[in-house]
Amino acid sequence: MLKILKYSFFDLVRSRWSYVYFLFYLLLSSVLLFLNNDLSNTIITLLNVVIVLVPLIGTIFGVMYYYDSQEFTELLLAQPIKRQSIFLGQFLGVATSLSLSVLLGLGIPFALYGLFESNVIFDFLILIAVAVFLSFIFSALAFNIALSNTNKIKGFGYAILLWLFLAVIYDGAFLIALIYFQDYPLDQFTLVATLFNPIDLSRILILLKLDISALLGYTGAIFKDFFGTLTGSLVSLGVLALWVVFPLWRMLHVAKKKDF
Amino acid sequence: MVEFKDIHKNFGKNEVLTGINLKIQKGKTTAILGPNGSGKTTLIKILLGMCHSSKGDILVGESNTRNNWSYRKNIDYLPQIANFPGNIKVKEIIAMIKDLRHQKTRDTELIDYFELEPYLNTKLSHLSGGYKQKVNLVLSLMFDSPFVILDEPTSGLDPLSLIKLKDLLKKEQDNGKTILITSHIMSFVEEISDHISFILDGKVYFDGSIDDLKSTTGETDFEYAIANLLKHNHA
Repeated sequence: MLKILKYSFFDLVRSRWSYVYFLFYLLLSSVLLFLNNDLSNTIITLLNVVIVLVPLIGTIFGVMYYYDSQEFTELLLAQPIKRQSIFLGQFLGVATSLSLSVLLGLGIPFALYGLFESNVIFDFLILIAVAVFLSFIFSALAFNIALSNTNKIKGFGYAILLWLFLAVIYDGAFLIALIYFQDYPLDQFTLVATLFNPIDLSRILILLKLDISALLGYTGAIFKDFFGTLTGSLVSLGVLALWVVFPLWRMLHVAKKKDF
Repeated sequence: MVEFKDIHKNFGKNEVLTGINLKIQKGKTTAILGPNGSGKTTLIKILLGMCHSSKGDILVGESNTRNNWSYRKNIDYLPQIANFPGNIKVKEIIAMIKDLRHQKTRDTELIDYFELEPYLNTKLSHLSGGYKQKVNLVLSLMFDSPFVILDEPTSGLDPLSLIKLKDLLKKEQDNGKTILITSHIMSFVEEISDHISFILDGKVYFDGSIDDLKSTTGETDFEYAIANLLKHNHA
């Protein structure tokens, strides 16, 4: 598996898209740091970008890489290599190279700006952790979609729909539900509904760490009550981990059964 | 050496193989023949574990191929359509597969033999069909495994390369290798193989030597005997 990972990783690192992705973050965080002149504010601004963009790029990249390397995969399948290793290796190659682009793209300007002497280093680490989690989650979901759809156009379509659903539609439906049922106690529902969407979960996780939950009013207090505690943090990290593990398990399961 | 036991395979409602029983003898060259779409490639893919049979088992040596991958260490496989990732060089893909398999190779010898030396630094997407097939041949034969599976090995090769391939295969036969081929070039099959298995409608329709085939069909010419087999029911 490590060898497949190595080849996928270096194949991606050499590709133009990884550089574009890396340079984008590099430029974005440099400009934001320059304009905001403050680490904490920049983290909040970046959060809004990261939370939407990382899932989008993760899904598109994952689907694209899978379809692009289909030929190579077939070549590998005839070799004495375990099937799971092939797919796990490819997935990890995609996910780590994406994570690395984000890590370096955001990390370098922040480090130069003096992140290590500041007191927001922990907040920044959470931002990075969330970005890494989202990269892993969405490339795993993308691999699932690509494995189940031989038709590339369909695969891309579903991938975009998935992203749109989790990044935009879910929140919309969630808000409508909140407004529609506002006469009822919704604290538990809100909490649970947040857990089911990795993007929402990541957003809340960072917002609460940044101590701006006061802006969120009563709901913020409840969220703080839950996510602010150690159990809350562990639960949310656990749920994010589940969002990686479950798609990954399904991917390996489907790959095992699939005819090539 | 290899035994197919009642192999069934369907893709949705399309039943491709409906009970293949076949034994491939050690040290012999067996040709799997059949009309287009008869399931030859599917059968080979099932043997390699790339497809899963709906029913039935395959034994390679002593080991069952189901949920197993280590038996592939002793198999060299030449896929029918050489699909390579386009953006890497010939020598890179050879190095990559060598690294992945970690077995003794004879790649330089084969590169020499197929005169691929000048193309080692060419990207695979820039190669012509014939050269792609040569790379394909080097990749699949370089491990010198005792069992060789060749799916349409002649496709895209010019007459000179075809002769070279035949010579190479004859050498391999002398070394006692078990070879399984599929091809639509009947003269090639006739020259190379000891044994013919003809697949039709998902079953083994004829299984025997070339002489058996000629006497069953009453034809003296191999190509006509096969055509005869397609037209009439001799089984």
